[in-house]
Amino acid sequence: MKNKRLRNDIILSVALLVLAIAAWGVIRFTHKTGEFAVVEIDGKETARYPLGDDMSVEIVTGDGHVNTLVIAGGRASVVSADCPDKLCVKQPAISRTGETIICLPHRLVIRIEGESGVDTAS
Amino acid sequence: MKTNVRKLTILGISTAAAMVLSYVETFIPVSVAVPGVKLGLANLVTLFLLIKLDWKSAAAVSAVRVALTALLFGSAASFAYSAAGAALSILVMGLLKITGVFSPVGASVAGAVSHNAGQILMAIVLMGTREIAYWLPALVLSGVVTGLAVGAVGALLVSKIDLKA
Repeated sequence: MKNKRLRNDIILSVALLVLAIAAWGVIRFTHKTGEFAVVEIDGKETARYPLGDDMSVEIVTGDGHVNTLVIAGGRASVVSADCPDKLCVKQPAISRTGETIICLPHRLVIRIEGESGVDTAS
Repeated sequence: MKTNVRKLTILGISTAAAMVLSYVETFIPVSVAVPGVKLGLANLVTLFLLIKLDWKSAAAVSAVRVALTALLFGSAASFAYSAAGAALSILVMGLLKITGVFSPVGASVAGAVSHNAGQILMAIVLMGTREIAYWLPALVLSGVVTGLAVGAVGALLVSKIDLKA
């Protein structure tokens, strides 16, 4: 009885791990290099910047918070933010369609989209 | 109805312990880019009560812990995420307990993963952005790892602590 449950525990854990890695792989390899970094605040698009042009912009969200978006070498990243956890700054630079950098406290989403402007991920 | 003082005491101590674990956890930096990754130490208490007492006790302590922790150390947003995670987690662990297919370690893994899934669902609702689901693989991964660790300690507590004493 005890061994059976232990075996079930292992099956469950391994299955979840395999599922997670498979899902990550699918996400990683089905998305192509994107063209635009789209800025969304509160679920609404406020700006889009071509990934081809190196630039830096300060994004001011509704309640006056500031995140600095940098595009360099075709990749977008957030280099600074005035939120307490700075998770968006820690998130890696993005360049493929459907990839996002999300700042939960500021309700800010940076999303990569393809040339048509249609989000191929959804 | 006569109040069961022993049970009341156990639940009170458990709530306090769960809150302390939640608080202590905020001092342990988990340097990952994905929000929502954490150890889930408070699940030790939920797991313990679920196995030693009953689902209702575990759910009640979990609910009170989430509400009080958010009130003392968190925000409205952190409350929404914790509540969604805790609710889904206690539901899944309760169902698994009924089936009896898994040991406490398996229940803990399932609880941790469903906690993270609940948080993601809440984030999708609050942010209106489905892309948050891309974090799911990372959160499932961290859920399995932390769930195993918490489950191992939880199983030890279950075997060492006798509530009837």
